[in-house]
Amino acid sequence: MRLPAPPKSQPVRTEQIILFRVSEQLFAISSASVKEVRSVDTLASATKEIAQAGLRKVRHILQRGEHSLYVVNGAVHFGLPPFAPALVFVLRRTRTALLVDGIEKMTTMSRLQALPQAFCNDERDWYRGITAIDQTVIPVVKPEGFLTPDELFLLDSSLQPKAVATPDSAVSDSAGAPPSVFEGGGLDSTLTTNFPSDPASLTGAAPFGFKGADFPSTDSTDTTNPSSHPQ
Amino acid sequence: MNPHTDSESFVLLRLAERRFAVAAGDIAELVAPSRIFCFPHHTKEIEGVLLRRGRIVPVCDVAARLIGKNLLSRRFYLIAQRRYTNGTEWIALPVTGDCELIFAEMIPASEADLPHVLGWLSHDGDVIEVLNLNALTPGPSPAILPAPAQALHAQEALS
Repeated sequence: MRLPAPPKSQPVRTEQIILFRVSEQLFAISSASVKEVRSVDTLASATKEIAQAGLRKVRHILQRGEHSLYVVNGAVHFGLPPFAPALVFVLRRTRTALLVDGIEKMTTMSRLQALPQAFCNDERDWYRGITAIDQTVIPVVKPEGFLTPDELFLLDSSLQPKAVATPDSAVSDSAGAPPSVFEGGGLDSTLTTNFPSDPASLTGAAPFGFKGADFPSTDSTDTTNPSSHPQ
Repeated sequence: MNPHTDSESFVLLRLAERRFAVAAGDIAELVAPSRIFCFPHHTKEIEGVLLRRGRIVPVCDVAARLIGKNLLSRRFYLIAQRRYTNGTEWIALPVTGDCELIFAEMIPASEADLPHVLGWLSHDGDVIEVLNLNALTPGPSPAILPAPAQALHAQEALS
């Protein structure tokens, strides 16, 4: 008599995330949400100070092609002690460039728990949920949560007319856009990491070009496209 | 014959010198203190979260509201179920001493009582408040709660 074959286990769905620090606090963000990572040193000449933004967390604007990106200080946004940011994340499908201390590592998460409903204030807009990595609880940030529509309106209003960003609230990721200060112009390309929109294509890629950052390679066999996950 | 025919079961918890009661049906377990993970948020009643049986449980110190001061030491976390309009979630309440299961008859709260008082019971010569966790712990106002389908969508388990 032959025993029935055990049911095939479902492949585990995972999502690639970047663990990063802001003022010593650890956060996670989907790697699919990060278009580029740059050193702040390379941005000094590409940013313009906003004279009267009315928002403490945004002091600079980054002109990128015909779009404007607002540079959000992560520590001020989260109410953490001030710090000297070292990196900027250019966030996909937003008008946000996020200042962070640095990257801890790149890893995968297999479970994202919704933020408990006991959390009932601004944090509901900040986080997609919470995950546990190596027995440590880490909030997973929501890229569009760094600037609310009202804040974007305020920032747009504070700009001079000719510097006002295009009215659409999302930055396209079109590859055909003219080169911007991020993409060339003599900047040190070794400090730039361009994250592909499909994180699965990250697997097997050469190590990232960060100085001092060492991302472990991840197993691509069970990696699904996080962009298909609800955000 | 069941001696508790007209009684309900409650868990007595201790906060400093005072005791309070919670309906036993709302209690999941009593656990030893473990690491609290903190991250930025604006819900002042929540200290952080702890990891329990794979779940992330918010820790809510209710002592300030019940006895007027925060707990300097805590012996256990009483993990209770907090009801929301679209389900229940665990919440951890720090307590300073052992908890006790009792059977007692509850007298419902009157309009004069505070919202967090569900009722009163008498035990060992003390009159003890029965807590309404829904009023005592933070949560979204019913007006902004997501619809159940949306809430289900939010429970984004990747595995």
